Amino acid sequence: MKPLDRRLLRYARTTRTYLAACVTLGLAVAGLLIAQATLLADMITGAFLDSRTLSELGTPMILLGAVIIGRALVTWTQQVAAYRSSAAVKAQLRSRLLEHTVRLGPGWLSEERSGELATLATQGTEALDGYFSRYLPQLVLACLVPAAVLIWVLEADLVAGVTIALTLPLIPIFMVLVGRAAQRKMDRQWGTLSLLAGHFLDVVAGLPTLKVFGRAAAQTQTINTITGDYARTTMSTLRVSFLSALVLELLSSLAVALVAVGVGLRLLAGGLGLSTALLVLILTPEAYWPLRQLGVHYHASAEGIAAAQRIFAVLETPGQQVGHRIDPPDVASSAVRVEEVTVTYPGRAEPALQGASLDLSPGEVVALVGPSGCGKSTLAALLVGFVRPDRGRVLVGERDLAELDLDIWRRQVAYLAQKPRLFAGTIADNVRLGAHQASDDAVRRALQAAGASFVEGLPAGIDTPLGERGSGLSAGQRQRIALARTFLRDAPLVVLDEPTSGLDVENEATVLDAMRQLVTGRTVLLVTHRPALLAIADRVVRLDRVVVA
Amino acid sequence: MSSLPRVLAFARAARSRFALAVLTGALALGAAVGLMATSAWLISRAAEHPPILTLMVAIAAVRALSIGRGVLRYAERLVGHGAALGVLRELRVAVWKRLEVIAPAGLPEYRSGDLLARLVADVDAVADVFVRVLIPAAVAAVAGAGTVALLYWLLPSAAFALLVTMLFAAVAVPWLTARAGQQAERQLAPLRGRLSALTVELIQGAPDLIAFGAARRRLSLLADLDRELANAQACSARTSGLGAGLTALAAGLAGWAALALGVSAVRSGALSGVALAVVVLIPLAAFEAVTMLPPAVQHLQRGRRSAARVTDVLDRAEPVREPAAPAALPPGPYTVRVVGLRAHWPGAATPALNGVDLELRPGQRVAVVGPSGSGKTTLASVLVRFLDPSAGRVTLNGVDMTTLAGYDVRRAVKLCAQDGHLFDTTIEENVRLACRSATPEALRAALAQARLLEWVDSLPEGAQTQVGEHGARVSGGQRQRIALARALLADSPVLLLDEPAEHLDLATADALTADLLAATAGRTTLFVTHRLTGLEAVDEVVVLHAGRVIQRGSHAALIAEDGPYQRMWDRERAALDPAGFGGATQNRRSVN
Repeated sequence: MKPLDRRLLRYARTTRTYLAACVTLGLAVAGLLIAQATLLADMITGAFLDSRTLSELGTPMILLGAVIIGRALVTWTQQVAAYRSSAAVKAQLRSRLLEHTVRLGPGWLSEERSGELATLATQGTEALDGYFSRYLPQLVLACLVPAAVLIWVLEADLVAGVTIALTLPLIPIFMVLVGRAAQRKMDRQWGTLSLLAGHFLDVVAGLPTLKVFGRAAAQTQTINTITGDYARTTMSTLRVSFLSALVLELLSSLAVALVAVGVGLRLLAGGLGLSTALLVLILTPEAYWPLRQLGVHYHASAEGIAAAQRIFAVLETPGQQVGHRIDPPDVASSAVRVEEVTVTYPGRAEPALQGASLDLSPGEVVALVGPSGCGKSTLAALLVGFVRPDRGRVLVGERDLAELDLDIWRRQVAYLAQKPRLFAGTIADNVRLGAHQASDDAVRRALQAAGASFVEGLPAGIDTPLGERGSGLSAGQRQRIALARTFLRDAPLVVLDEPTSGLDVENEATVLDAMRQLVTGRTVLLVTHRPALLAIADRVVRLDRVVVA
Repeated sequence: MSSLPRVLAFARAARSRFALAVLTGALALGAAVGLMATSAWLISRAAEHPPILTLMVAIAAVRALSIGRGVLRYAERLVGHGAALGVLRELRVAVWKRLEVIAPAGLPEYRSGDLLARLVADVDAVADVFVRVLIPAAVAAVAGAGTVALLYWLLPSAAFALLVTMLFAAVAVPWLTARAGQQAERQLAPLRGRLSALTVELIQGAPDLIAFGAARRRLSLLADLDRELANAQACSARTSGLGAGLTALAAGLAGWAALALGVSAVRSGALSGVALAVVVLIPLAAFEAVTMLPPAVQHLQRGRRSAARVTDVLDRAEPVREPAAPAALPPGPYTVRVVGLRAHWPGAATPALNGVDLELRPGQRVAVVGPSGSGKTTLASVLVRFLDPSAGRVTLNGVDMTTLAGYDVRRAVKLCAQDGHLFDTTIEENVRLACRSATPEALRAALAQARLLEWVDSLPEGAQTQVGEHGARVSGGQRQRIALARALLADSPVLLLDEPAEHLDLATADALTADLLAATAGRTTLFVTHRLTGLEAVDEVVVLHAGRVIQRGSHAALIAEDGPYQRMWDRERAALDPAGFGGATQNRRSVN
């Protein structure tokens, strides 16, 4: 895993400004550190060897105070910059992620993927905080400060400088070596570990079953044993993974000891002044400190790096090829034809639809039936432009749908999904989804037509707020509001994907009347497995399941 | 607030190991301070050009301390983690013992897998508090106190300055930061909540939004909100960043004060010149202890929330009162009689069952039907004593169930629940759960009765096939059949089948129902369902509605009678597929 992914710079431009700020502040930190060490060393020497009084040291004392305040200010500025840019970067990544998700469309956005993506867009981006506010500035410090300190110490005392120069590179080398060993051990034990960790959840989830079969009490001992095994396995992994911290601390403190003893002996021999010796002693730990802190923050950032990588993976998923023609034929006068279309979803072995053909004449209501899994919904999705044919084509009049700008094409399409989604907002907002400038009267008429006259009976009428997913309404009421949305859209092509699947028989009857109104004078594809709905169709087409040899 | 000390009491057994971890940790920090102090003395003394022999002890000490720090820190980490894992064990056993009493009726979490997973994660998080909060805090306190004492011995006034600055950085700064954080959070949380709600809506509602051309507008709405959030965060950044700045200031001031006081003390003769560097460098090294605290505070807040949720579970009321001296389980075969039964779920105001009468005689099969929410599952829960009646009686051969131990009741009455759990192990292990001592023949017979045998034999690994977490590697229908085979293998005197076909598509559901009815012929069975197909095979059908029995009789009599059952039956018929295209459904999930 790279400490700084270049893609972060590409996808979130604020990162560049932030990195520049980190470098500037890092240089300031290094400068102030050296200034502080020099002032301390000089003043200690002055007071000890030259018997200076506090008043004689007045100027350097004030300077030291200024340096201390300066360091505090730089630290504070660093934090402020970190919080600000991490907020900006999160916003940039999130909006890019969502934009790209919309571009990839529902064909790509399967149900399990959408759950994962929602987590990524909310909690995943938040996890970047640790990376931006702690790890990244520390990474910059870990590059700048040791270098600056090293140069300064080399200048002051060559031998001490060489000692640091020789031990510093050992740290990354040993870290990598130990890290690899730890990783190998982790890899070997990972299976066991996650198995043991998962076991507790498994038995807790199955507790009612265990109780039924009288086995719950016996599990206490098992849990004790398994958790004991878990502890043992974890400890043996930790023994190795803590080694990297051990190496880091040993190397840095051994280096301080080497420098201190070396400087002391040369001072004794008279080859060195006290103030230089103290300067070197004060500076040496500072060369290692940022590296040690980097190790501490590494774990805080790992989650963020992982989230960022998952975000990049989504952003790098190529979107559909989009057509650019903005002159789709009018569905009111042109037929819609599906010609020998085959669709295979990514990651699936078998095609969802194979060589399917279908003709929709203008104003015709076609019902599509067939066993579940035969590709009915895929065919519906083709017409809305959610999926594209791998082979074959969809024609509108004489034009291939692939050549058309889909946003423009969809203006002629009204779509009612199996489980239409209602959004938080008022009922009117939801009905207006596809026609956001429609008047209140138009919304009321659409609701009336959809058989949702119950809305008028609500105290706030069409301005009644809906909870998330339309909570507060029954399934039938939700479906009728979604249907009103389709009415208001007033499109010549209507695609209905199992519009009554979630309804009981009574609700279905109400929706059916409304639907009869909707389909009049429009071209309609109606996917269903409910016989009641077939009554409104001009023609019933049966789709068979793909047979794979 | 009070929940954390309660769960921390689980650490009592590992007390000495925690003390050892704190001691080694404090010594490690002490070694770091000692390294700087001894080095400073060594260099200062060397400047006076004494004979080298006078420095030998200091040289050896510097070397020893430099090695000691790393090694001691390593030891602290190992000892601390080991002790915390020990606490995890105690906690898990305690939570398990409590869950065993209250599950499933006393814990609504059982209806949501997510909440249950969070509970388990909370137990882990509480154990984490030890290594991430308590040990670092104790180490910082002990090492800090030791350093102040060392400095006091050299120069009391400098020790006082160090104490004040360290307390400021260790107590006041985290307190201020936490306050500022809470204030910012109050402002940011609603924005963040709206943002994440809109984000989730956008992703989950993408098909509707895109189809209706509303996605762009949503995206720009989200972008506006995100900008608003970023601006608010930028405003709060000034206060949030204060903590780190103040800590740096405190560390610097400690060094500055030590230098000023030290210089005066050298002048007045209260401090030898050689010790001046020691007095100045000790505070600089000592502040390492403080840097361990901010992460500890963060983990403390998280740990506190987890502890509250864990203690909440430990404190849940018991849904069933076990008798102090349980009556002996009468010998079978059993007649189960339910008289005027009322039952409430914990915390519910209205009863889920309100005056239900029922009799199940040996060898008889009774079906309980009704819409969801009519009380069917509640009835099944009462019959296995997962829930006590609030009024009325349930008897087993005339013995009131509440006088029997729950364990004994479940020896006589077995429940195959609608979401029967499959454990992450083999098919055989899952079925054998019912009866460890079952012969291979009995196992195969149970699999055959559940119509699984052919499928199991077709698998490359047969009954040794792993079913995956929650049975994820087998299809929904097969999951239910495995649970059924388990219930059949138990060969329980009374069997309750609760909506075994609930989550399946109609064709699979009806096939399973038919097999269930065939497999339970001649067994005392209560069959809870909302589908009526196949019920002509049972002896009696009881129709529940809102916790009351509204109709009862044979299937044939009920469909002939004008009433709710007939209406349900007609609706079910009407939904059946005249063209026959709803036929068999392909199973996309299968064992690999």
